Amino acid sequence: MTAAHPERVPAPTLQRDGERGLLGGVCAGIARRLGIEPLPIRIVALVLALAGGIGVPLYLLAWAAMPGDSSARGLGRSRRSAVEVALGVGLLAISAMLALRGMGLWISDAVTWPLALVAGGVALLWRGGIGARPPAPAERTPVAAVPAPVEPVERVANVSRQGLGAALLVAAGLVFLQATGSLSAARDVILAALVVAAVLALIFAPWTLRMARSLTVERAERIRSQERAELAAHLHDSVLQTLALMQKRADDPREVAALARAQERELRAWLAGRSPAEGERSLAAALEAAAADVEQRHRVPVDVIAVGDADLDAAGEALVAATREAMVNAAKFGEGSPVAVYAEATDDALQVFVRDRGPGFDPTTVPADRRGLRESVVGRMARHGGHATVTAAPGAGTEVELTLDRTP
Amino acid sequence: MSDTRVVVVDDHALFRSGVRAELEGRVDIVGDAASVAEAVEVIAATDPDVVLLDVHLPDGSGADVIAAIAPQHPAVRFLALSVSDAAEDVIAVIRAGARGYVTKSIAVGDLADAVDRVHGGDAVFSPRLAGFVLDAFADSPAAPPAPVSSEPDPDLEQLTAREREVLQHIARGYMYKEIAHRLGISTKTVEAHVSAVLRKLQLSNRHELSRWATTRRLVD
Repeated sequence: MTAAHPERVPAPTLQRDGERGLLGGVCAGIARRLGIEPLPIRIVALVLALAGGIGVPLYLLAWAAMPGDSSARGLGRSRRSAVEVALGVGLLAISAMLALRGMGLWISDAVTWPLALVAGGVALLWRGGIGARPPAPAERTPVAAVPAPVEPVERVANVSRQGLGAALLVAAGLVFLQATGSLSAARDVILAALVVAAVLALIFAPWTLRMARSLTVERAERIRSQERAELAAHLHDSVLQTLALMQKRADDPREVAALARAQERELRAWLAGRSPAEGERSLAAALEAAAADVEQRHRVPVDVIAVGDADLDAAGEALVAATREAMVNAAKFGEGSPVAVYAEATDDALQVFVRDRGPGFDPTTVPADRRGLRESVVGRMARHGGHATVTAAPGAGTEVELTLDRTP
Repeated sequence: MSDTRVVVVDDHALFRSGVRAELEGRVDIVGDAASVAEAVEVIAATDPDVVLLDVHLPDGSGADVIAAIAPQHPAVRFLALSVSDAAEDVIAVIRAGARGYVTKSIAVGDLADAVDRVHGGDAVFSPRLAGFVLDAFADSPAAPPAPVSSEPDPDLEQLTAREREVLQHIARGYMYKEIAHRLGISTKTVEAHVSAVLRKLQLSNRHELSRWATTRRLVD
């Protein structure tokens, strides 16, 4: 605060000093205003309180009149010392009454304890309600505005402080009634009040319930309409665009099929709650991404079935890259037949099978263009401590089997 | 088996007429239905051999249809058909008693074959279903399931090595005939393995399967 309002430093306003104060911070506040130590003021106050008792009402008056110190540290202190405050004010009240007795102005014993309790309780309640009011926005330092997480704690402290204050007041009332012997009469009054309260509750319960329910309904409705808007936005960006594209390309069945597959894949991922970029470090997700890409480039359906899953290390990355090469090969030479990819991750090994139902070939007479498979798949797997087997026969399709042993 | 009597249950009219056109000549489509209530009525009236059953229906699920029909018509076989890839949907309908599961994007000839195979009492596993089952019966033996009313049979809780092998081949895209050839067994034996897996899937107490089923309120 001082940083925000440097002009206040030379002449601080007269307000209670919660940081340095012992009870309500009145003496410390006055001392700060005067620019001296609080001790002399305190001695004066104590003397006034003990001699003649005038100090006590003066103190209370000053406490009520002086605005509370709203600095964060002041609040922190007031939070810590709720019981101390109640105790202190209560003791002050007793001392005041003792002083009154000393002056011969005695009030009956029946009033002494209740008054002390009332003083403590009121001090607590009012402190919570008035003294420690939240700082006005203009007074807030930028730093103080940031830490929102403090608030719930503060609220709990407020509640406990007010609870304690209310308990003290109720206790005061009971003690007073007990002492004056009118407790039984009060019981009738309290009973009557309770009955009235219950009747009122019964009368207003339906209305309150309806109110609460309509609020809930309204909230649910709002959430639902938000969800609907989000869904509509997504469908518009994805499905409707693809459908429009498919109508334009209606003369090319392969293109249409590929568009439909790509959209289906995207929609499934969205329904399953996966974002496209997320989780590509896992084997299954990386294979799925590779399949989508190969499908997009070569216009051949690639189905991935994964059992188990594993995080990818360097060798795993190599396995995915080799699988991708095998997919591309299957898409190129499979004559448009769907490519089936099966991956299984166990504790011992990662295994991937890539299979097409194309014409196949005779492994003993490998065509030159199939040597790429040997290099980029078999070679790559060998370099990373795995191995690859290509099974093919004329007319029976081709299957590439990739195995990577997992070191425990 | 060109006279297999089939009922198609699906809430999309477009899809029903598509299936009708595709299967024309291969099977005899004796009725169709768009909801659980309609399906129960039509199936009871026509008593078909095979019901092609959508997993999701407007007033319930495919599993509800099976639950309503199976007690009175034990001979009716169900083949689940879905666009859904969600494991819990698929497993739920299988556990309710469907003899197989295929996706709606299945090729025309394959669908007719699947209908015939289900009619013949065999199980039909799509590659994806095989993947789900392998996942559900993942290698570590299940922790002994909480004892339910009946005594759990330990044989039901695990796949044999052979069954696992067969499922892996299905997931890799092999036909039963090819699997038989590769494993050096007969096609009948492959079918027997798949049926055994189906039975385990329906009767197993395995924790995950139970969890999948309870999310669909099929158990208890």
